[in-house]
Amino acid sequence: MEKTVRETIKEIVRVHLVEEKSMCFGQCLTAVGWVGGTLPELYEEDGMIEVATSDVANGGFVVGAGLKGIRPIYVVRYQGFQWYNAPIIVNYACKSKEIWDVPCPIFIRSIAMEGAIGPVAGSSHHSLFQRMPGSKIISPMTPNEYKYAYDEFMKDDDVYYISEHRRSYDNTKEMQNVIKENADFTLFPISITRFDAEKARLILEEQGYKINIIHQLWIKPFEFKDEWKKALNDSKYGGMVLDDDYEEGAASSIAHTMMISANKKVHTMGLDHRTAGFHPDVDNLPPTPDAIVNRVKSIINGK
Amino acid sequence: MKDCRLEIFKKASLCRNFELELFNKVQEKIIKFPVYLSAGQEFIASTIAVKINEIGVSPDIFIQHRGHSTYLAFGGDIFQLIDEMLGRKSGCAFGMGGSASIQSKEKKIYGHDGLMGNQVPIGVGACFASKLPTIVFVGDSAAEEDYSLSAIGWASTKKLPILFIVEDNNLSILTEKKVRRNWEMHDVANGMKVKSFNISDDPMVIHKHLENSFDEPMLLNINTIRKFWHAGAGTDGENFDRYEDEMKFFGDEGKKIDEYNKNLVLEAWKKQLGKL
Repeated sequence: MEKTVRETIKEIVRVHLVEEKSMCFGQCLTAVGWVGGTLPELYEEDGMIEVATSDVANGGFVVGAGLKGIRPIYVVRYQGFQWYNAPIIVNYACKSKEIWDVPCPIFIRSIAMEGAIGPVAGSSHHSLFQRMPGSKIISPMTPNEYKYAYDEFMKDDDVYYISEHRRSYDNTKEMQNVIKENADFTLFPISITRFDAEKARLILEEQGYKINIIHQLWIKPFEFKDEWKKALNDSKYGGMVLDDDYEEGAASSIAHTMMISANKKVHTMGLDHRTAGFHPDVDNLPPTPDAIVNRVKSIINGK
Repeated sequence: MKDCRLEIFKKASLCRNFELELFNKVQEKIIKFPVYLSAGQEFIASTIAVKINEIGVSPDIFIQHRGHSTYLAFGGDIFQLIDEMLGRKSGCAFGMGGSASIQSKEKKIYGHDGLMGNQVPIGVGACFASKLPTIVFVGDSAAEEDYSLSAIGWASTKKLPILFIVEDNNLSILTEKKVRRNWEMHDVANGMKVKSFNISDDPMVIHKHLENSFDEPMLLNINTIRKFWHAGAGTDGENFDRYEDEMKFFGDEGKKIDEYNKNLVLEAWKKQLGKL
């Protein structure tokens, strides 16, 4: 039976603690649920470290552990909490190699979810890290992508921000790019928007549009591959970067990078620029398949 | 005990003379970025450095931004420190650290990045991962940072072999402690079940309080007097000077040590400035 993303993460954490003798820090790790079933049932003596409810300091503890070369994993259960957990990581761990030639590798499991969790906790916040130097950002949504992210981290000595999403945890399938001759439009989705962008692509195809989809795993460093550039240039109406973060962050930055070297417009679609409330009427969710379909058609039809 | 006091004075003398010469270099505009002079506070690091030699440990050291004396007292290379002040690749932080972000890998001194007080949680995390003796230096102002306080609490919870040194000069730039808070660090730390003391920077007093360091978390709030401005080369007025007091205690021997270190520092600057 194929492994889910959840099982893949759990096994990676187990190997990291039991075989690599490292540590995994976070709040409420050993509580019921074990962070959505992504942690093995291990305790402090095994390296599973419960920290206090002191988000800013906790980021500092992990940096200290990183300086000692143990390659800690840091679980931040809601990406919105990065506003409190990030300061010492982005200001120390991400700069330590450059200033002092002292690497501080940390594997940050930053977990997104949304829907009725209000103004702080929800959605992805990888743009927070993206604008600062010294980190690498990957958003794996499949088992193989997650394993790849971990393997890259273990070969490297940088801070890795792993932009996870809880909705991907049940996924067992790998996701493939679709690039067609004479396409109308190209979608470049990030994180959880990849699933709904694929649904949108199928709907648009049924309606007679030719749509490319190019999945974005690496957010930083972002490499605009020649094949992607050609796909964009060959798309009659350009493309669109989709994100689970606010549009004014990684999505806009990546779209800008693409437009500088391509000759087509690249639009963006992400969270609305407003605060999320708890009730469905006031929530702020990533683009749905219908919303993506409508936006693409509106661009194609020049409206 | 006099031998120990003399050893401390020798280290403090190197620190003081380094800072006096650096003061001159700033006034002469040879150095054009902000410097954080530690003159007046040098007996803290000097005493601790002598004590850890006595007890035979080699701790990880997490330094604060006002750290030239810490660097030198624990054996950091003076030539690399001068080069750092000159922004050279051969500096102790490869010319990136300036005055506030110095380090010594050889002496296990970790650099500070300028986010006030973050060396406290970073030092605690390093100590938790290594379980080895660790010293964290922090100013009385940076110690107020919320993450500094919660880090001290977690070190207590985990019973880490860590020594927190609060270099309490009573000033945050020029804002006095009484304006900023109505509590004391040693009281807070005691409340977190960390063995804590509020003491002067008299080297013999510091030395006495370092018995049994690293058996459990300990915090020393050490009252001291910053001789110069928060940043740059200037004075805020005349104050008691521990260095002058100690030099007087040692009489002619003290003067000789002072003269020796003055020349050592001058020669070191001359040598480094002479390099292209």
